[in-house]
Amino acid sequence: MELLDIGIKFILIVVIFLISLVVAMYSTYAERKVAAFFQDRVGPNRAGPWGILQPLADGGKMFMKEEIIPTRASGLLFIVGPSLAIMTACIGSAVIPWGQSLQFGSRTVDLQVTDINVGILYIFGVVSLGVYGIMIGGWASNNKYSLLGAIRAASQNISYEVSMGLSIIALIMVSGSLSLKDIAAQQHGFWANGYFTWNFFKQPLGFIIFIVCAFAETNRSPFDLPECETELVGGYHTEYSSMKLGFYLFAEYINMFISSAVMATLYFGGYNYPFMDSVAASVGPNAAVILGVVLMFAKVFGFIFFFMWVRWTIPRFRYDQLMNLGWRTLIPLAIFNIVLTGLFMTFFK
Amino acid sequence: MEPLSNKRKVLDFKPLTLLERSYLPEIAKGLSITMKHFFKKPVTISYPEQKREFSENFRGQHSLKRDEEGKERCTACGLCALSCPAEAITMTAAERQPGEENLYREEKYAAVYEINMLRCIFCGLCEEACPKEAIYLDGDIVPTDFLRKDFIYGKDKLVEPPLNQ
Repeated sequence: MELLDIGIKFILIVVIFLISLVVAMYSTYAERKVAAFFQDRVGPNRAGPWGILQPLADGGKMFMKEEIIPTRASGLLFIVGPSLAIMTACIGSAVIPWGQSLQFGSRTVDLQVTDINVGILYIFGVVSLGVYGIMIGGWASNNKYSLLGAIRAASQNISYEVSMGLSIIALIMVSGSLSLKDIAAQQHGFWANGYFTWNFFKQPLGFIIFIVCAFAETNRSPFDLPECETELVGGYHTEYSSMKLGFYLFAEYINMFISSAVMATLYFGGYNYPFMDSVAASVGPNAAVILGVVLMFAKVFGFIFFFMWVRWTIPRFRYDQLMNLGWRTLIPLAIFNIVLTGLFMTFFK
Repeated sequence: MEPLSNKRKVLDFKPLTLLERSYLPEIAKGLSITMKHFFKKPVTISYPEQKREFSENFRGQHSLKRDEEGKERCTACGLCALSCPAEAITMTAAERQPGEENLYREEKYAAVYEINMLRCIFCGLCEEACPKEAIYLDGDIVPTDFLRKDFIYGKDKLVEPPLNQ
């Protein structure tokens, strides 16, 4: 690999890292604003025009606050917890294809940090590592509420990973590849050979299962039991203060961003959009690629909005309802979906 | 027995259908309801810039009134302090000196008149007790402050401004 290639990759990594951080930062703002609009309020509007500087003020506050580590907490693990949470949240973006390749003369620049051939499995690995941050933080706090929150998070994530994986298997059967780049490229355009190309239209049931599991994996309402404040004070981050708390909250928002990006890539065509070939022919390939990146982000923001929309609509599940849904509804449904997909592929193609 | 209102409705607990148990149509219904609220005009009144209309009998900060010639009406009779259920009012009476006729209406006046706004419950009994129509709770909301001592309002804050200004 040439030095220039490494430089380009480095720039791409930094840019994606910054974008995930900024998106997570402004997700907190958007969350509050969206919540306000859903409740007929106006939301934060004092820091800057329309409250646009609110995340900066919150971040500054988080950094300035006193750092409290409880005496009975296990010192090292207490610090490892939030670090692990934010790290695993950040590395998930490495395999997501944000756009097609840009052409600069003879040089092709992929808008993807790395195209490993097991992209989906990598995402799953990272997501399941994420629960360790919560587990370790909850355990190290030496607080019963934290521990309960952590246990809930762990069992919830493990239960929903099963059905998430099963819903993905059906998708992989259709696409025949584990690489996110291939999966995105297969959904080229919007309509081909008499049917939609986007996987959502090939796997509607799989998508519903996947999005439910994504809500559970990111600990978002209605599956926010690990941190439900009515029962567990603050759940796993009860004892955390200052930027360690900030990291946990931040990790949650980055996870939301990444899982929205994964959903957009897997089911909603990623950077693909209708009539992309004719657009590319008229405005030039690079401009079309940039448009694809913009639309990819539009899809991601759409999903993030949906996350928030659902949060203010559906009340939290009880724990037994959560387990019932995970094990007795979603897993059989996902298996049924695999069988259905298999039958379809055998008899109609 | 005759029902009080004819709104009684007999409920029957039918088992849920598969569609109802799947919970998805209900989620869609809920999402549409919240989406309706998303585009509603917010009900917020952004307080320091905008103020809600007060009702006509709103009781706010007290003011000590002057008569039509600009003399203070209060004669320091102490009925307001006596009537005050929160014991928020204290006063010291003084005798009007010659030459002060344009300042005070009667021979006796309140040299010190203090209301502790933290004790005051804005019940309006002082207003009702006053025989001289000297005190009314017709002001605005009492502003916030940082120190307890700053909530004890003296005559400088309570008495109406003189007429000729």
